[in-house]
Amino acid sequence: MNKSLALVASILALLVIFPVFIESQYIMHISILILYYSLVSQAWNILSGYSGQFSFGHAVFFGTGAYTSSILLTKYAMTPWIGMLIGAAFAVIIGLVIGFLSFRYKLRGAYFALGTLAFAEMLRIIVQNLEFFNKTLGILITINPDPLMFQFESRMGYYYTILIFSILATMLVFYISRSRLGFNLVAIRENEEAAQSLGVNTFKNKMIAIAISAAITALGGTFYAQYILYIEPPTTFGNDVSVAILLPAIIGGMGTVFGPFVGALVLVPLGEITAHLFGGFAGAHLMAYGVILIVVILYLPGGIVGWILERLKIRGIKKM
Amino acid sequence: MSLELFLQSLVDGLLMGGVYGLVAIGLTIIFGVMKVINFAQGALMMLGMYVTYWLFALLGLNPYLSIPISAIVLFFIGVGIQKGILSKMMDAPEHNQLLVTLGIMLFVENFALVLFKPDFRSVNVDGMPTTLSLLSININTGKLIAFVFAIVLTIVLFWFLKHTFLGKAIRATSINRQGAALLGVNTNRINYIAFGLGAGLAAIAGSLITPFFYTSPDVGSAFILKAFVVVVLGGLGNVLGALIGGLVIGIAESLGGVFLPGSLKELMTYLIFILVLLFRPNGMFGGKVK
Repeated sequence: MNKSLALVASILALLVIFPVFIESQYIMHISILILYYSLVSQAWNILSGYSGQFSFGHAVFFGTGAYTSSILLTKYAMTPWIGMLIGAAFAVIIGLVIGFLSFRYKLRGAYFALGTLAFAEMLRIIVQNLEFFNKTLGILITINPDPLMFQFESRMGYYYTILIFSILATMLVFYISRSRLGFNLVAIRENEEAAQSLGVNTFKNKMIAIAISAAITALGGTFYAQYILYIEPPTTFGNDVSVAILLPAIIGGMGTVFGPFVGALVLVPLGEITAHLFGGFAGAHLMAYGVILIVVILYLPGGIVGWILERLKIRGIKKM
Repeated sequence: MSLELFLQSLVDGLLMGGVYGLVAIGLTIIFGVMKVINFAQGALMMLGMYVTYWLFALLGLNPYLSIPISAIVLFFIGVGIQKGILSKMMDAPEHNQLLVTLGIMLFVENFALVLFKPDFRSVNVDGMPTTLSLLSININTGKLIAFVFAIVLTIVLFWFLKHTFLGKAIRATSINRQGAALLGVNTNRINYIAFGLGAGLAAIAGSLITPFFYTSPDVGSAFILKAFVVVVLGGLGNVLGALIGGLVIGIAESLGGVFLPGSLKELMTYLIFILVLLFRPNGMFGGKVK
């Protein structure tokens, strides 16, 4: 335990200090991407990794967060720091509606996955057909580097913002994984009927999980909007977004505290390297992700962290 | 709304529905036999479209004549996928199977993107009129041919599953894998054939739509979700159900296009899907390979 605590503390210290020594804007950008993917994937992990309710439509929450804060900013000049919270609240409402329908009617496994996919698609179609959301043109956010307006002069500001978000989300998941809620969710994942018969209110626990998951995903959406300064329906509500959200957690290890971070740490640089190797061919990095996904599911179903924990157990060291 | 417009959309929807049905039939056979939801079905259809496109672009082959070639090519690709990847996943949890087919989809779609670039390509058929007029309704010839093919193929397939030894073995495996194995059915071989068949059907659907639909690497994603909707509507594993489900979705979409502006007609599909998921998760007729 002390060993792992020391390890986590030193990784944290490294994450806080290292930008000071980095000159390259490109490396800063990659680091921001890693932290941002670990945030949204951690959000997915709460619902899908721990409770086993597999969402293929997390873009629905992501897009809700991105669009809410951006509309409030461009139309009503509201700072995204507040818009982000309103976006999260909307995402929770949508999450509860989806959760209520799905869990009430016992949608499971593939049915739940396809259902969430359909919800995300519905929202994408609605947004791109309404004048209020600027249809397919998307929303352009004016450059205005003011930390109070969630915009920063340099990448440093974005880096520390997303670092704080990711740390908080990871701490939350760490706390959940050791709480009653976490144990209930794992029980639901392993055997829902058994959990129910042992007195776990499975419906309530799944609703809590989807609400927390939706809120954090929406925060990621706002961060994305403020970092890229441009959003449009396909890049916020599209299927690719849902896939990008779930990949790091799967590769890193579903239902583990550090899985999403480890997954993002592997996937983001790998995607960059592949893109360079293929001379910037569009799609090359996704091809690599496809291969990795297949290989991991076939040979490391617990993901990278799952595999490490397995090894540690074999060596007789107590689980982290 | 005029009667003419109504009839026009009804016919358009019906014809397109046949194609949706064809893509979905492959999906439903794969599900029926292996209980695997194949996310890569749209990507396999796209590969079939490219087989037809390249045969046309390089050799000038009539798209309809390339149907057997694209079907055979994709049959073997399907067998390869089942042998090389999915056969190792037969006892894995359901969501892992989903993720593997998602990985296959990611790979195949982006492989096509790297190889063929995102350009939209089109195929034309020599000497075939684009539209036929019938009582002031315009019928797209390509869609009509695709529709007829879809109906005929479904009937052939239905007969094949009911009356041939291999078809019966496929149905037996779908209903009770252990039981079929005990009675001497080589269920692994059935898996290969079922996936190959599903992929081949996707390819036929792909080849059939090339005369009136652009070929591009992401064309499959436009169809895959609809195919899922159709499959669930018809009942997972139900071949005739898939065809009927396809027709229902096709008509719902084109009539939705009359009433709803822009791309809002797509909402119809998802709305139907969610309602079906919630209230009739076993589809309109309940599911088993029938």
